[in-house]
Amino acid sequence: MVDARGYACPMPVIMVQKEVKKTNPQTLEVLVDNACSMENVTRFGRSQGYAVTVELQNSDYKLTLTK
Amino acid sequence: MEEEIRLTNLAKCAGCGAKVGAGTLARLLEGLRVHHDPNLLVGFDKSDDASVYRISDELALVQTVDFFPPIADDPYLFGQIAAANALSDVYAMGGEPRLALNIMAVPASMPQSAVHELLRGGYDKVYEAGALITGGHTILDDEPKYGLSVTGFVHPDRVLKNSGARPGDVLLLTKPLGIGVLMTAKKAEMLSDEGEQFAYRMMTTLNKAARDAMVRYEVHACTDVTGFGLLGHLTEMAQGSDVHITLRVDEISLPEEAVSFAEMGLIPEGMYRNRQFAEPYVDPGETALAKQDLLYDPQTSGGLLMAVAPGDADALLDELAAVVPCAQRIGTVEAPRDGVRISLR
Repeated sequence: MVDARGYACPMPVIMVQKEVKKTNPQTLEVLVDNACSMENVTRFGRSQGYAVTVELQNSDYKLTLTK
Repeated sequence: MEEEIRLTNLAKCAGCGAKVGAGTLARLLEGLRVHHDPNLLVGFDKSDDASVYRISDELALVQTVDFFPPIADDPYLFGQIAAANALSDVYAMGGEPRLALNIMAVPASMPQSAVHELLRGGYDKVYEAGALITGGHTILDDEPKYGLSVTGFVHPDRVLKNSGARPGDVLLLTKPLGIGVLMTAKKAEMLSDEGEQFAYRMMTTLNKAARDAMVRYEVHACTDVTGFGLLGHLTEMAQGSDVHITLRVDEISLPEEAVSFAEMGLIPEGMYRNRQFAEPYVDPGETALAKQDLLYDPQTSGGLLMAVAPGDADALLDELAAVVPCAQRIGTVEAPRDGVRISLR
């Protein structure tokens, strides 16, 4: 799980990239609190070969990246 | 160590990415009383780059203002970019800048030497443009900001609006796109040194040479590509001119590094604002998402976008190729269609 709430672009993408490089996970959950980060992390996930689903949780976005 | 201040860390958005979106701006201006004056040739009602006011049959005044938070850590560089960007609005109207006033906000903690360098960057760029800085106004603020109010002149019959494009015109652009994405990659500390130098070179290049070439040809409309991105500014041009535009995406200069950064989501928030504004009017065809994103990417001190009479397009393009960073023929203007204003091919 990467909790990138409270961070503006491009930080959430950098945080997710670090996690992917470190652990190469099959699935990864990411929390962000703004639409720009949601879109950017979605693009990042797809560029790394993950399928990405997005759920709105209150005012946050929960992204699930799956290989 | 006061010299180690990183200007971009004090900025929430970089450069023209800080601009309020085109849709929001239109709502903010809605209902404000518009004063009419027969000498006011261009006011805010047409979303143009600057106001133009006729003084005589031979002379019209061009006025504009532009400022933003740091887009570079080096204050001298930031000053040059902000000045080139502010001057550009006069060039985009076909005018020549003459006078400029500084607008500056600085944090109390910013070293005096850095403020001096920032101002020196502005002065040098304005001098290069053949204009003078004659004063200004500075306030204290946590986030630094710098820009200029610029006054220039143009012949009242040769004002280039963003809304004069005609079917048959050829669209030319004088700088590459992708600056917003490159600067976002810089914030992520992933941009190469070459990429950084390239972006700064583009942003500090005046649109003076482009303007000087353009005014000798039959150009029907012009704007500079800045905060709203190419597709945001083109949407305004297409709507204002009541035309349809077809863009040839493969002819548009998109730096390779910018395409790969866009693919991996290093995209400024302003791109999403621009997309929200212009997307309803754009048919993306088969264009890859990353390339679309770059066409919506907010530019700082971007190039001039011109709608040129077809008979003059080749000659102007040749001339531009010798004097601007990246002369490109990017599309054509056509009669209006139902539904969309811009088609990507």
